[in-house]
Amino acid sequence: MADETVDAAQPTAEAREPQPEQQFGVPVTRVGGQAVLHVAAADYLDLVRRLYEDGHHMCVDLTAVDYLTYEADRGLPAGVPPERFEVVVGFLSHTSRSRVRVRVQVPESDTTLPSITDTYPGADAMEREVFDMFGITFTGHPDLTRILMPEDWVGNPLRKDYNSGRIPVQFKNPVSVPDAVAGQ
Amino acid sequence: MSEPNFRDDGLAGLQHNFITGRLEDLVKWARRRSMFPATFGLACCAIEMMAMGGPHYDVARYGMEVFRASPRQADLMIVAGRVSQKMAPVLRQIHDQMMDPKWVISMGVCASTGGMFNNYALVQGVDQVVPVDVYAPGCPPAPETLMHSILTLHEKVRTGELTRRDAQGGAGIHIEEQNQPDVAVTLGSR
Amino acid sequence: MTTTDTHLTDEGAQEMTARDVASAAEKLREQGAVLRLSEAEAEAVAAELEAAPEDETMIINMGPQHPSTHGVLRLMLELQGETVLRCKPIIGYLHTGMEWTGEELTYLQGPTNVTRMDYAAPMFNELVFSLCVEQLLEIEAPERATWIRMLMCELNRMASHLLFLATNGMDIGAVSMMLYGWREREEVLRFFQEVTGLRMNHNYIRPGGVAADLPPGWRDGVLRLIELIDPRLDEYDVLMTNQPIWRERLQGVGVIAAEECMALGVTGPILRSTGYAWDLRRDMPYLAYDQVDFDVIVGSFGDCFDRYAIRLNEIRESMRIVRQIVDLMPRGDYRIQDKKVTPPPRERIDESMEALIHHFKLFTEGFKVPEGESYAAVESPRGELGCYIVSDGSANPYRMHIRGPSFVNLQSLPHMMHGGLVADAVAVISSVDPIMGEVDR
Repeated sequence: MADETVDAAQPTAEAREPQPEQQFGVPVTRVGGQAVLHVAAADYLDLVRRLYEDGHHMCVDLTAVDYLTYEADRGLPAGVPPERFEVVVGFLSHTSRSRVRVRVQVPESDTTLPSITDTYPGADAMEREVFDMFGITFTGHPDLTRILMPEDWVGNPLRKDYNSGRIPVQFKNPVSVPDAVAGQ
Repeated sequence: MSEPNFRDDGLAGLQHNFITGRLEDLVKWARRRSMFPATFGLACCAIEMMAMGGPHYDVARYGMEVFRASPRQADLMIVAGRVSQKMAPVLRQIHDQMMDPKWVISMGVCASTGGMFNNYALVQGVDQVVPVDVYAPGCPPAPETLMHSILTLHEKVRTGELTRRDAQGGAGIHIEEQNQPDVAVTLGSR
Repeated sequence: MTTTDTHLTDEGAQEMTARDVASAAEKLREQGAVLRLSEAEAEAVAAELEAAPEDETMIINMGPQHPSTHGVLRLMLELQGETVLRCKPIIGYLHTGMEWTGEELTYLQGPTNVTRMDYAAPMFNELVFSLCVEQLLEIEAPERATWIRMLMCELNRMASHLLFLATNGMDIGAVSMMLYGWREREEVLRFFQEVTGLRMNHNYIRPGGVAADLPPGWRDGVLRLIELIDPRLDEYDVLMTNQPIWRERLQGVGVIAAEECMALGVTGPILRSTGYAWDLRRDMPYLAYDQVDFDVIVGSFGDCFDRYAIRLNEIRESMRIVRQIVDLMPRGDYRIQDKKVTPPPRERIDESMEALIHHFKLFTEGFKVPEGESYAAVESPRGELGCYIVSDGSANPYRMHIRGPSFVNLQSLPHMMHGGLVADAVAVISSVDPIMGEVDR
């Protein structure tokens, strides 16, 4: 299903470079033998339905990553603009014994994504966990409430700008003496 | 002359039929020899606590294998495992339902101080919520360590150290009522 | 707090709401509807609820502190008499922020953190984390390390299933099974203590291999262990499997079908009890499982009895695998000899400055993992245990997520409990065998 197209009829600057490899209609990268599909939030639901029709009947894992303080290369193919949040969904096809991973870019300005609980009811608890830990809302979810933190908790703990709540412990991460002296 | 007997000689006539002791000693003996633990296994430490109840370590020889599910029937609460923010009010509610005299053993480092998880999710030490009598360190403490902590507690009951402390004015726990939900509670404050 | 301030334990919208307030979709979920229903079917399910007048039903709360809920699981049940109409599990009572902690610890310290998630089978957590990190590092553990990992994991599977037999027995009422299960578990834990130094939460399987080699005489230890446990499993068959009360309690209780399992993402013994033979060890092999012979145990009815029988027989299959490992264990290194990943042997530190520096750097700063992301999965006693790590090239994971099988399996509870009795609810939770450490992380 890999599809590298080079448009020779219109030699524009973009078309001279090969288009990113595509699978299921979206750009795909391969990470150590694992196929990773990259999609924008708008096309996410369509892709999920196509994957279901292709035989990926089990949604194995749905989680999110906050790339706020990520300095390195995110490994996104050309044409996929990086956003602050990424929702990562893993699918498993029993018949072809293969996995596929979908990375959806979710902007900070609009942290909503359609819920896939219609197709995969098992994503229910996983989407609630992402809502609790990252604050990403899933439209169409039957019961989107916090699941791990108490109901009156404020904030989303796994975001990178969340205060960790760590208690300072004496003698942990001490300042070495020469630095302390130099600072005086 | 007849043998010494109660009618003629009073207490001096008592020979064989009575054992005397102080009431306090008898009460303490009864308390420590049949202390029923409440089931409060939370995480990994619960597995070791159950192992202690198993045939290998056999806590039944101390009269303690009967883990009472209802806190009203229990004397000892072994907080076995990490106490999360969501669980803390439940812990307090269960502890309140237990009747005096009651004791608390904080089993494992997570229950004692928050353990390796120094973060937003855990109460850093169960003594923020309930008064603790004995702390058992370990991650998880082997059943022998827990056994040692139980025997330490028995010793404390026997010497009356706990009753003395209670008489002095509580176990030293100070909990502030926080009425503003968005103000973070400063843990460890007294 | 001398008066019980119940509002502090109230979890608001997370709890089961009264029928007139809850949304239709929520009520369908709580009644155990899984697959997409047509409008007529959905109406029929809703009518079932309406048929029980509200003053005849009661919403009761089970847990989070309760002897039969396998850890801090809270269940809210709407009951009509003893029949369960709706069920809603509420979790989060053991949330420890382990995924956050994973970002603070180095990759070498990672296994100490993840091992405490599924605390009944800690080796699997360490294994999946190590496999994921090795994928990112693009290294492979040496052959002997792979086989040692397989040995420890299969022994841990035995210990976990023995724990299941013990707790399942006690929940159904066979309290003596509790004592027998713990007796057998002690044998396995004794072997673990000999090899790893700890009875539980070993931090033994690390990226690059294992922490230490097997001690001399390990073969005798393992074979003695198996010879002790094997005949006792037959005793438990006599005690429980053919016993009429056991069968009455478990057969036909908590039935689930394969389509519903697939839709919910349920894996492990629950999926296999429906007749669907999916086991990652055979179907997507990792470690050296393609070099050993074993059967995948499958049930037919998808009920609690099948799940009990599957786990009992999986102990036998694990013993079969362990016997083969004892014969086939290769010689070699127990961890990869890559100086950037593995600390040097302790004796070398006295002799070589370079070894000292490597040791220092590895244990203070940690080894750096190239940037990227990866997912690894293994078959734990509860189902598919997965680990997703995003690395930014530093010594700490940027994001570490563990896909806990019990977290996903718990979603099948409303479906399995619907229409059953309260006593069956206990049997169903027990047969799902959740470990709340990996549910809440």
